[in-house]
Amino acid sequence: MSDNLPKNNIFKVIGASSLGTLIEWYDFYIFGSLAVIIGHQLFPEDAGASALINTLAIFAAGFIVRPFGALVFGRLGDLIGRKYTFLLTLVLMGGSTFFIGLIPSYKSIGYAAPILVLVLRLIQGLALGGEYGGAATYVAEHAPKNKRGFFTSWIQTTATLGLFLSLGIIVITKNILGAETFGDWGWRIPFLLSIVLVVVSIYIRMKMHESPMFSKLKAEGNVSKNPLKESFSNKANFKMVLLALFGATMGQGVIWYTGQFYAQSFLENTCKLDFNDSRYILLWGIAFATPFFVVFGAWSDKVGRKWIMLSGMLLGILFYRPIYQLFLDDTDYTKVEQTDILSASPAPVTSVLIANSTDSLRTVSTKVILKSGASFNKVQIDTVSATKGILLGKEVVKDKVLPTPVFWKFVGLIFFQILLVTMVYGPIAAFLVELFPTKIRYTSMSLPYHIGNGVFGGLVPFIATLIASFSGATPLSGLWYPIGIAALSLVIGAIYLSNKRDENIND
Amino acid sequence: MNTLKKFLGLVWMVLGPLTMTFLFIQAIDKVGLTHTDIERTNTILQWAIILFIFLPISLGLMIFGFYAWKGEYDHLPESSEEL
Repeated sequence: MSDNLPKNNIFKVIGASSLGTLIEWYDFYIFGSLAVIIGHQLFPEDAGASALINTLAIFAAGFIVRPFGALVFGRLGDLIGRKYTFLLTLVLMGGSTFFIGLIPSYKSIGYAAPILVLVLRLIQGLALGGEYGGAATYVAEHAPKNKRGFFTSWIQTTATLGLFLSLGIIVITKNILGAETFGDWGWRIPFLLSIVLVVVSIYIRMKMHESPMFSKLKAEGNVSKNPLKESFSNKANFKMVLLALFGATMGQGVIWYTGQFYAQSFLENTCKLDFNDSRYILLWGIAFATPFFVVFGAWSDKVGRKWIMLSGMLLGILFYRPIYQLFLDDTDYTKVEQTDILSASPAPVTSVLIANSTDSLRTVSTKVILKSGASFNKVQIDTVSATKGILLGKEVVKDKVLPTPVFWKFVGLIFFQILLVTMVYGPIAAFLVELFPTKIRYTSMSLPYHIGNGVFGGLVPFIATLIASFSGATPLSGLWYPIGIAALSLVIGAIYLSNKRDENIND
Repeated sequence: MNTLKKFLGLVWMVLGPLTMTFLFIQAIDKVGLTHTDIERTNTILQWAIILFIFLPISLGLMIFGFYAWKGEYDHLPESSEEL
């Protein structure tokens, strides 16, 4: 049936599915892209690093519930159909994103602020858990059997394009409003904007038809009565769920989130790059690498899915530490010679009283521009005490702007990491769809996908940042988490997975 | 290859509880450091999240290992019809 679908129809199916999925990813990622600013809004001012880690924990909570969303909405999708299920997930996602943009700050409502955001973030996670499996299943069930990898890879681009869109809108909003206004209230705009995107997507999706395979099952009265039970009480099926998780999606998830999320977090928080620079680097990397989702998806139709995905994992294991070491080395401005400096302009010294104290914080800042074109701010915050005198703070170099050659070198390093993402992620929808039969497909493929991506992948920034905060840890220590998980998945995938494609998914 | 799959099944079965033990030890060790050596990170909440998530996954890895040991992955279905 799907083999005879006219080409323009399959692209309509892909377009309508992809737009909604892209918007859901956009909604999901603006939170992560704004973690530092949101952390300042949701937690007390003296929270320090814990504000970022707690915000990353809230960010991660959205990932953790994705498997539950996969179960709830997967079940719905196998019972009432793909179309109406992911209409529902779209509304939930758009609504909760919009409301995050309206939540008052910690200063206004105290700890109710992070709690409310956590609840909305959980709804986002549930919705996304239901969305992706539906979209991938919907497209795969429309696609011809020899081009399933190619057509589903378009859905795979949406996660990266959603991130691209979120970064783009954040950078544009910040540049229009200015850093101070953006940090104050402008960060809410990308969240509020979501409602417009969702309304457009709902309009388009309302015009879509149900998947032909699901319609056939429904017409024949073969729709699963209890997809959850059929997915997980059937040992033959459950063992494939475990294999998909440990042999593929677990490794794929950490490669995805290291390349596209931890990289940004590392550049911004560890290397102390300028807000815009870190985002521009990622934007260029994504722009150059995104077409490769389709390249690897199409290639997997010819050579099989397994070795392309596992090669991406292997390259990540081998190259992550050298890449991140280069990031550190090239942003180390602690040993700058006096002859390298073009200008050094001290900013006016500012002083702020500490609440409920007679002490104050004095900020001494100097903007340094190097002959190479690089620039940075040297900032030192001293405590001025009436009783103890002046306690000198540690000098921090931040807001680093890279010289042009180094900027493009970083774009290349990010491009390489996202290329690995396209290798592991491009073929995986087709791989998962082919692993499970139609009547329990939505439920069965969603679970390993969302545990792999949501739990193993989504926790990369949180766990890696946590590991790097241990005493004795180096800035690169956090990478052992994605490297270890990818290595385990590589071994399991190489030994247990088959490279054969299931041509018949119409069962 | 099937012998290797079975042998590694034992490894996965052992790896599940080992991972959990390692995480518990890390949690006890790192939560004890809160507010002293390390800035307010490594809180009970943060480690509780990690343990809560990875406990069922470790159990899943053990079951995966058990299936591998029993030879359930010696032949993988080549068609959805075999599932």
